[in-house]
Formats: sequence, C-alpha cells, structure tokens
Amino acid sequence: MMRADLVAKQLIYTQLQQHFDQHSLRLQHSCCDTLTLWVSESDLKPFLLHLRDGPLRYHMLFDLYALDERLRQHWDGQPTCDFSLVYQLMSVRQTCDIKLKVALWGDYPSTETITDLWPNANWYEREIWDMFGIKFVNHPLLKRILTPPTFNGHPLRKEYACRATEQPPFQLDDEQQAKEQQALRFDPGDWGMSRQSAESDFMYLNLGPNHPSVHGVFRIALQLNGERIIDAAPDIGYHHRGAEKIAERQTWHGFIPYTDRIDYLGGVMNNLPYVMALEKMAKIDVPERAQCIRVMLCECFRILSHMLFYGTFTQDLGQLSTIFYLFTDREKLFAIIEAITGARMHPSWFRIGGVAQDLPIGWDVMLREFLDYFPARLDEYDVLAMQNSILKKRTVGIGKYSTAEALDWGVTGAGLRATGLDFDLRKARPYSGYENYEFEIPLANNGDCYDRCWVRVQEMRQSLKIIRQCLDNMPSGPYKASHPATTPPVNERSKQDIETQIQHFLNVSWGPVMPVDEVCVAIEATKGINSYSLYSDGSNTSYRTRIRTPSFPHLQMIPQISRGLLLPDLIAIIASIDFVMADVDR
Amino acid sequence: MSDILTPLIILVVLLLSAALLTWVERRVLGLWQDRYGPNRVGPFGLLQVVADMIKLFTKEDWIPPFADKVIFVIAPMIVMTMMLLGFAIIPFSSELQIVDFDHGLLFFLAISSLSVYSVMLAGFSSNSKYALFGALRATAQMISYEVFMGLSLMGVVILSNSFSLRDIVEAQTEQWFFIPQFLALLVFMIAGIAESHRAPFDLPEAEHEIVAGFHTEYSSMKFGMFFIGEYLGVILISMMIVTLFFGGWHGPWLPPLLWFLLKTALFVLFFILLRAATPRPRYDQLMSFGWKYMLPLSLINLMITAALTLWNQ
Repeated sequence: MMRADLVAKQLIYTQLQQHFDQHSLRLQHSCCDTLTLWVSESDLKPFLLHLRDGPLRYHMLFDLYALDERLRQHWDGQPTCDFSLVYQLMSVRQTCDIKLKVALWGDYPSTETITDLWPNANWYEREIWDMFGIKFVNHPLLKRILTPPTFNGHPLRKEYACRATEQPPFQLDDEQQAKEQQALRFDPGDWGMSRQSAESDFMYLNLGPNHPSVHGVFRIALQLNGERIIDAAPDIGYHHRGAEKIAERQTWHGFIPYTDRIDYLGGVMNNLPYVMALEKMAKIDVPERAQCIRVMLCECFRILSHMLFYGTFTQDLGQLSTIFYLFTDREKLFAIIEAITGARMHPSWFRIGGVAQDLPIGWDVMLREFLDYFPARLDEYDVLAMQNSILKKRTVGIGKYSTAEALDWGVTGAGLRATGLDFDLRKARPYSGYENYEFEIPLANNGDCYDRCWVRVQEMRQSLKIIRQCLDNMPSGPYKASHPATTPPVNERSKQDIETQIQHFLNVSWGPVMPVDEVCVAIEATKGINSYSLYSDGSNTSYRTRIRTPSFPHLQMIPQISRGLLLPDLIAIIASIDFVMADVDR
Repeated sequence: MSDILTPLIILVVLLLSAALLTWVERRVLGLWQDRYGPNRVGPFGLLQVVADMIKLFTKEDWIPPFADKVIFVIAPMIVMTMMLLGFAIIPFSSELQIVDFDHGLLFFLAISSLSVYSVMLAGFSSNSKYALFGALRATAQMISYEVFMGLSLMGVVILSNSFSLRDIVEAQTEQWFFIPQFLALLVFMIAGIAESHRAPFDLPEAEHEIVAGFHTEYSSMKFGMFFIGEYLGVILISMMIVTLFFGGWHGPWLPPLLWFLLKTALFVLFFILLRAATPRPRYDQLMSFGWKYMLPLSLINLMITAALTLWNQ
C-alpha cells in the first residue's frame, strides 16, 4: 500500500516538473503521504491555477494555514524563513494530496490573497491574519475571525504567551470597556452589506450567538427583506479555545484528551487522526486488534453523532418527538461506550500505538444487542421523519448546491456525497484497516437539505454493518504496539526489564519524543474530513499542530446557499449542515 | 345567587384545568416520547403546576425600556379575557350554560377574531424584531384561517337551522354532525389549531426560527397569561368541536356533563398528540395550504350541504 502511494507521489511530482521550471520547485521529504513542495511567493498563483485547472484536477482547497518558523531548530530540507504558509490541495481523483509551502520573511509579512481562486480561502486567510498577523493583500474583508475584534496580539505567534499566568493580570478600565461596548454595535458596512436598496430598507436580524437553532454559539447577521434573506454574514469564534496553541504546550500524549473536545460529538473519532499521525511519524505499526477496536468505536461514534444530527434536524423543522427517541437510543449506545472505555462522550481512549485498554469481558454481548435493536428503530424513524410530507416540503430543494460548488467551498463528508460525488476517505484512501470491511457509501443526487439528512441516515445503517463485522472478526492479539514511543508502553514488560521501565518512566513523565518530521493524516470523521497536520521539531511537544475541521468551511458556505430563501429555510440549512461550534472554532 | 355562583365556579374550574393542562401535556408527551415528564413535585408530579405558578408569579415582571408600555401590558390580558369570554356560550350540559345567545356561534367567531389583537399588539409593542416577525405571522395566519373557520361552520348552521349552540346540540340527538359534515369538521379542526397557534401551526412562536415569536420579550405572569390563554384556547376549540360535531353532552349511560368533558378531553389529547408528531410547515406553505385547499373545501362543503337541504325540502 505504501509503495503505491509513493509511486503516485512520484508521478505527480514528475508531471509538475515537466510543466514548471526546476528551480521554482523544491521537494521536501517527509513521512507524510502528501507531496510537499516549496514554491516562491510569485510562483504560487500560477502553480495553484495549474493544479486546479490542469490535468491533475486538484479542485479543492483542503486547508490553508501558517507556521511561525522563527523558533525552529531543525531546517532539514526546507528553506530558512520566518513564517511559512501551507496551501493544501485535495483531489478526489488522486490518492495523494499536495502541500504547497511558501516561505515568508519579516515580522509581519504580507502576501497576495487567493480568494479569487477559491472562495473558501476567505476564512482561512482571515484566520491566518487573526492568528499570525500575516496580511493578505486584496482580501475582501480581512478582519479577525476567531478572536474578538478588540483582541490584542496574534495568539499563534511564538512570542504570544501560552498561559494566562504568563501575561499581566487582566484589567478592564473604562476606556477599554467603552471600546468593547462599541465593538458590540452591529454595522452592516463592516460586513460589506448596505442598509437599503432602491426599493426598500433592509431589516438586520441578529440570529445568535444564543439562538435556539444555531447549535451552540454561532451568530449570523441577516440582511432581510420581510422574511426573505438578501444576505447573511456568519460570525464565528465564540467557541474558540485555542486548541492549536494548547497543542504546542502539551506533550504529544497529553494532547489526546483535547482532541476529543474538538468535535465534541465525535468522541474517539477525534483521537484517530491525531494518534495515526503520531504513529506515522514514530513509525509504529498498530496491531490488528487495536485497529479493529478503533474502527469499531469510531463507527459507534459516527452513529452517535448522526443520531444527534437526525434528532436536531427534525427538531429544527418543528418535529418534537424524534429527538427524544434518538436520545433514548443514544443512551443505550453510550452505555456500551461507557462499559468499554469508562467514559461516555469524551473517552480519550486511543493511545499512541493502540488503545488504552483491552476490551472488557462481555462487550460483544452488549454491542450485539444494540445491533439487533437499532435497525428496527431506524425504520421507524424513516416513517416518522424521512417520509413525512411536511418535512419533505421543508427540505427538498432547499439549500441546494452542486458537486462543483461543494468542491469549490471545501465541503466534505455527507454534504459532498449528497451531491452525488462518491468520495469517502474510508474507501478512497482506506486507513486503520477500513479496506477489510464490506460497506457501501450512500449517495444522493440533489445536494439539498433532505439529501444531506438521507445520506447520514443511510450511513448509520452502513456503520452498523461495519460494527457487526468488527464483532464477528475481532482479531486476537495485543491492543497496543510494542514500540518505544507507544504511550504508555506495554505495562507487563516494564516491570520485568530496566530498559522498558526507563522507557515507561520517560514516556509517562516527559512524554515521548517524536523525530523531526511533519505529517498530515486525514480521516472521514462524523461531519466530513478531519485532518491533523503535526510538525515536530524533535521534542516532546508539537512545534505546530494544525487541526483541519470539516465544519469550518461548511459554515462559510451558508450565505451562498441561503440567499433568496426564507428565514425558516435558513434554519433547515443550518440543521442539515450538521456542525458543532467547537469543531469550527477549535 | 346561583346566577353569580355558576359562572364563578366555571371560571375557577376553567383556570384550574388550563393550569392542569400544562402538566397533562408534559406528562402525556413524556409518555409518548419514552420519558417521564415532570414527576418530582407531589403525587405524579401534580404539584408541578403549583411550582410553576410560584415561579411565574415570583419572576421579575420585566417590561423592556424600548417597549410601548401600555399596550405591552394590555396585550396578554386580551387573549385571556377573550378566551374566557368564549366559554360563556358553551353548553356544558342541558342545564349548565352561562348564556344561551341566539347567535352564540357568531359570538364565538367574534371572540376568536378579537384574540388576534392580543398577539398582534404584543408583537408590535415589544419593539423587538423577533416579536415583530411573530406578530406578522400570527396576524396573517389567523386572519386567513378565520375565513375558513367561519365558512366551515355554516354547514352545521344549515343542518340545525340555528346559530344557538344549545339548538345545535339539540339537533344532534339523532345523528352527530361529524357524519354529514365530515369535511367541515376537518376544516374546522385545522383552522382551530391555527387559531390557537398550536403545533404544527405554531409559526407565530416557532422557537426554532424566531426564538419565541410574539412573546419573546414577555416574562413572569404576563408570559403566563399567554400561556394560559393558549391552553384555554385548546380547551375552547375542543369544546367547540364536541358541541358542533360530536353531539355535545349527548351519549348513553353516563351523565351528560361527563360525556361532554370526556369528549373534550379526547380532543385535547388529540391536540397534544398532533404537537408530538408533526413537523412545522413553512409560513408561505401554511398560507397557500389555507387558501388553496381549505377555502375551496369549506366552500364545497357549504354548497353540498345547502343543495342537499334544499333537495330534501
């Protein structure tokens, strides 16, 4: 499998070399599956254009982030610089992503925007401005996105303090308070909207951040004409906790519980890309049993997350009961998760090199009971919700987008498959042994709210199928790899010989040290593609952790698909996107 | 003496049953949704009603500084008064009725139209955008559903030859009107739900879209009055359905009053079940449903009834 990847990587590189000048490309070797190339700032745009429109068809701007390189100690194979930008492109045809890196110099560098190439670059660039202070020239609306407008400093810069205790005490004087109050005022001009048109004055409605249907703390400023939406400006950041900054302070192992809280409905699903990235870096082969346990639990959490989606989706459309039934069912599944992991929503149960514990005795009985119980319930909900004519009227044809639009905006997951594109990482680039399971990828055609829900409902059925296969074919063997970087290392042996005991002690107290490398692992998470890009500078903490969450670009698309619709349609769209704000804001 | 006592007793019983209905609704919904509902306070959670009352009365009675104070205060009173007035004409049994107007049915229609003002004024006086949306939706919805409601009842009037509710019940000794007037029952029921803005026609207060609609800014007992008003509305509509289509107090074996109350309870439960089951249509869908289906349906019903009556003469 690794060989095929390498071949694909090499093939793309040769193709690019033929098209571009040798000197403008600089290949960086890493353990990562993605092809990593350094390009100069001036070459970037033609390069991106070629990748997007050329034969390679890299249609999606998968991720865009920056690194503060000023404290880096190891520069193997990469140019020295102060900051670097990473443009990560994804193609649904290739198995290999492309990372384009651009080196920037200076304390507060600036560069050209690429919002004219990809609309979803808008928020990514705003995030970089917010977090690093890197300016994007010609950006349509370059302002803070995750931190409040009155915020001082750029948190992901290395000189910015990690903890509040490293900063002077917080004070709010009158002047500052007045400034904060002023910042709360809504001015449509700030969002590029006007107060009136030739025919009418618009109403501005502040939907959120505490509105019953925005699923957390999410605000949309709506420009309305009656109940018709002229424009919308999503405002995020209310749930920002600086997870990426925290990652630079915690040990590699110690960051695992934080990942659980990124997509707080995904549970261990969040651990998976993180630990897989570390395993790739440390070159750990995860035993089959651990892989199977991981897949099984991830699919459980996919079902749990989809259940909540299903319930809230119907609830936002005014149907009262479905969510209660689904919560009852969730409770049953949570009982199983609890029996296996000891926790319910945030087990943090995966470890570098395996899982925390072996499965308890009797786990299969509980799970089998649930597998026999749930499909009949799903059929019932089909009648209650999916076949309900009012629900259909509210959702069919609402919030539609095409496959091309979806790729343009970086939409992944069920939202992408609802447009008819068969792209699921579990099939397209199998990880953690997904190639061994028999399941289908449900597809719909219209890309509207109804289809997004339908795809997820079918995915629950497929997940049940996967879990049953895990149950029937659970391999025996260790649940953790015997590798020095496995944390915590296999316990039995650490009591027998001094070498493993030292390793055990170091891993637990200091945390494992990862080799200098960089890696990006993406998985098909509950809400779309979730990826962790880890940069190690050869220490026990991460140099930079980038968490690409699916919900972030999904929210960015809301204005695009809700213009011209009515207020209740917007609620249906929000419900059908299936996001959690923790996943957006990190 | 009894002229004053009977209405007073009925008033107290009504208010109590509206309050109790808040408990019944939550318990019954709980039953249908595989959960308990309020069961902590008192036996079966019955005292939850009292707890809620205490809570509502002791909450800060907040009038937003940007609201139009007088109208803001009057609005919730209107709905409650109108709903309570509506019960004056209901014949609970052959003996028990506060007043028997000759045009009781028209009185009912007038009363239910007037309660629109409550919602409209509440929304406008709140001076809040969500409340305004609620008021706009409520006004449009209730005014249009008023039309079919009135029209659907004309069939009953033709059959019983009277606008008096007592006469209408008396006319159903042989056959309850839901058989010949099935279409009218359908239209009236739907219009009745829309009038009392209960789910699935709770668009004026659709909490997923416009937070709480017209009563977004209300708190304490002023909110409580909207709440009680809504439940009174549910009871009133149920009683009207029983009176007009299901033979009022008529029924074998049991005493007439009990029959009336049992039938009413059945429809109240039906209202609650409806809330548990259906999603909410969109505002424009609701309006077009009304004008495109309800109106023709009630007109057809009226014409058929009239034609049959003439034929039989």
